[in-house]
Amino acid sequence: MPPPVVIERLRYTFPGARGTPPTVALDCLTTRIEPGIVTGLVGPDAAGKTTLLRLMAGLLRPGDGRITVLGHDMATDAAAAHPSIGYMPQRFGLYEDLTVAGNLDLFADLHVMSPALRAARIPRLLQFTGLTPFIGRLAGKLSGGMKQKLGLACALLSRPRLLLLDEPSVGVDPASRRELWAIVTAMLEEGRDDGMAVVWATAYLDEAARCGRVLLLHQGRLLADEPPDSFIAPLAGRVFRARITGGSRRAAERRIAHNPAVLDAVMEGDALRVVLREGASVDALAGETLDPLPPRFEDSFIARLSKTAPASSATPATPTETEPPSSTRTDEGPAIAVNGLVRTFGSFTAVDHISFQVARGEIFGLLGPNGAGKSTTFRMLCGLLRPSGGTARVAGQDLLRAPAAARARIGYMAQRFSLYGELTVLENLRFFARVYGLDRAGQARAIAQALERFDLAPVADTVAGELPLGVKQRLALSAALLHGPDILFLDEPTSGVDPLTRREFWSRIGQLADAGVTILVTTHFMDEAEYCDRLAIVNQGRLAAVDTPATLRARVRRPDLPDPTLEDAFIALVAADTTCQERAA
Amino acid sequence: MIVTVQRLRGLVRKEIAQILRDPSAILIAFLLPVVLLVVNGFGISFDAYHMRVAAVIEAPDEGVLGMLEALDASPYLDVRPAASMVAAQQALAMGEVRGILVVREDFPQRLRHPASWPATAALWVNATDPNTARILEGYVTGALTVWLQGQGAELRRSPGGGLSLEQRDWFNPELRSADFIVPGVIAMVMTMTGTLLTSLIVAREWERGTMESMLASPATMAELILAKLGCYFVLGMLSMLGSVALAITAFGVPFRGSVGALFVASALFLVFALAFGLLISTVARNQFVASQVAFIATMMPAMMLSGMLFDIAAMPHWLQIVTFAVPARYLVSILQTLFLAGDVWAVILPNLAALAVAAALAMAATLRVTRRRLD
Repeated sequence: MPPPVVIERLRYTFPGARGTPPTVALDCLTTRIEPGIVTGLVGPDAAGKTTLLRLMAGLLRPGDGRITVLGHDMATDAAAAHPSIGYMPQRFGLYEDLTVAGNLDLFADLHVMSPALRAARIPRLLQFTGLTPFIGRLAGKLSGGMKQKLGLACALLSRPRLLLLDEPSVGVDPASRRELWAIVTAMLEEGRDDGMAVVWATAYLDEAARCGRVLLLHQGRLLADEPPDSFIAPLAGRVFRARITGGSRRAAERRIAHNPAVLDAVMEGDALRVVLREGASVDALAGETLDPLPPRFEDSFIARLSKTAPASSATPATPTETEPPSSTRTDEGPAIAVNGLVRTFGSFTAVDHISFQVARGEIFGLLGPNGAGKSTTFRMLCGLLRPSGGTARVAGQDLLRAPAAARARIGYMAQRFSLYGELTVLENLRFFARVYGLDRAGQARAIAQALERFDLAPVADTVAGELPLGVKQRLALSAALLHGPDILFLDEPTSGVDPLTRREFWSRIGQLADAGVTILVTTHFMDEAEYCDRLAIVNQGRLAAVDTPATLRARVRRPDLPDPTLEDAFIALVAADTTCQERAA
Repeated sequence: MIVTVQRLRGLVRKEIAQILRDPSAILIAFLLPVVLLVVNGFGISFDAYHMRVAAVIEAPDEGVLGMLEALDASPYLDVRPAASMVAAQQALAMGEVRGILVVREDFPQRLRHPASWPATAALWVNATDPNTARILEGYVTGALTVWLQGQGAELRRSPGGGLSLEQRDWFNPELRSADFIVPGVIAMVMTMTGTLLTSLIVAREWERGTMESMLASPATMAELILAKLGCYFVLGMLSMLGSVALAITAFGVPFRGSVGALFVASALFLVFALAFGLLISTVARNQFVASQVAFIATMMPAMMLSGMLFDIAAMPHWLQIVTFAVPARYLVSILQTLFLAGDVWAVILPNLAALAVAAALAMAATLRVTRRRLD
């Protein structure tokens, strides 16, 4: 039997807008998808993952080269392959006005399934996805994780021989991510005799490690095409845990990261994960307390990316002198003090008496499952949403009494690029400087500093929409900092960016924190959470835990889980808190 | 073009559930027509009541005074004797009166001696608003005619000169603008439900990614288009029926033609409107752009160039040629004929043919553009 998908020298370009040259989405791609395993399609945003999936689903016509799915050439014969393809687009692809059952019925009709077949499969899928109790609920009213499960159930209904999943785990909390994975692997097992194949696109590198085979895409090119083990193999013996003995975590990270022998250093609890360069000797790190670690997927991704990427972009040049926040002079109290904060929407209490404090210069993370209330808390602290009760002081200002004064002291960077794509970098900065009400001299100074500190001078006259993702992010950060805020709010700032760009971003954030800027982050990404000094885990509107990443890990350490990841800690703590709250109720 | 009954049924069921759960579809199809009819039927009224007219009488006479009384008795006119021509002109300039009726010295004489007819009276009209000016002319002439007829009967004279004014207003004898506008509004309502609603709904499917999963499913393009257009066709026809019922009951607009012709004309127009809406959303793929294009490309022409509000015959020649490209014009023409005149096949058939051509062209363009691909 031939492999389910054969791709030969595939090339796809998007026509350029208004005279600009066409963008190459995929170039010279040759591979095949094997049956019986999950093939991970891995890469940062804009790597070409979605384009490749759409080509496999027959939604785009290949520009050059050939793509054959289940024996059908997708350029000419896509309709013949459709009945055997299950495709789940990134944006659910569900009808929000239909109920859970309605969506499943629609897909059953589209695949012309007999009533008997329906009766056999739908209840099973519902049970499998845990959606049975919600069968009558409108799809639009499901949580993010449940929507993804329903989308998956719809794609699986016809027992497709090729299942294409476009980032099913984006915006889904870690527990739901694991459930999605479990459903897919179980269905793969059932479809083994039919030669079922699964392609799972993801930006999560830990998911890639679980795949049977990984296609690593970067800027439209296939960087690697092999089982995750062979990715990792060359890194054996080059990965260590360095214990941080004295001084701050960030200082230690900087010290080690700038060691020429070190390829990569990231924080992990109260230690650093260090990857040595190829051929470098451990002796370069004499004086550090090192324990060897098994390499993981992200390490190899970094290793491969740094071969292709220009060396300079990895970390910003040595600590630049960071402008201290405008009001270091103010009172010495905590930067953020939240006491009994409540927010209700009608009869629903989204945030239920949350209290915590964030010290000046601290990086504080808000974590929680979908719908737990972390976004609501975050919005209240930014002054975007009025609290229903309790007190919240931000930068010394009472949010209830003087929300405008509090807002003037904070910077906000949204999850999506929220600058003007049609304006140039300089025009964007000028606009934001004026919006923040800086005087003429202040504007000029702030803009000059932003261009210099964030290496934006070379692209000052480039239209922001055309910048690469990493530079866009730098621009967004520089715009949020123009008015020298005391507190910076970040909403999943590095979701979907490649690990090099993420490291660069967080290294800047670390410098800001060291200069006394307080950082509040809300995120789903455990990689982002690792950079936080302290984390608050929000569950069902209440705080389940507030502690350092290292302590959170220690709290769930058990004999059978000697070295829990932050994700393990998150899942265990949320589960324990849910049981506890249910018992109390 | 393969159509499977089960797939089609599933898709139709989905469309119905969406229409029922989505308030905007119901609003556009049923509430908007009511608002449009009420606004256009009552609000934008071309009728004027109690228009003040100054009367300058150079020779007061019993007959003339009787004529003025008759004019004043009309609900549309309010005659005010003026002391002199100068005073009357001043009142006209100040906007106190809309027109001046000048009755010359020899008027009573001529009236009595039919041989020297016609007796002439002059009407000066404030023509800043030409529409109102024309209406005032109409009312005054109308009232005079009525009076003259009465005079003739009373005096039992049928002189050789006869009556000098022979004018009648056909089809809309009361010159009620509601009768004239409401059929046009129905054309607009159908443009709305057809093009605007369809383009919005389909653009939303693109935005939410549901179109993508439909295209990746085994459903054929024919099934997708048939289910979508079929459901909105029914919705559009219901909306049309509601509007017609409202026009007849609430506005007292007569309906003199055949229901069959109404159905055929509406159906053809709706096929055009739906196909065009689908075409717009396929090209635009986003609700905002789709609504803009739908408004500019169909709503505006339907309002301005269909003959619904403005008489096509009164437009400049080149603009008259442009109106032939606006399918709403054929529908408006048919509707006005059906409502006010009856089954005048000489008018209806050519317009039906034009609608059929428009529907076929729009359908062909849609099928050409809408392919099973994202690119």
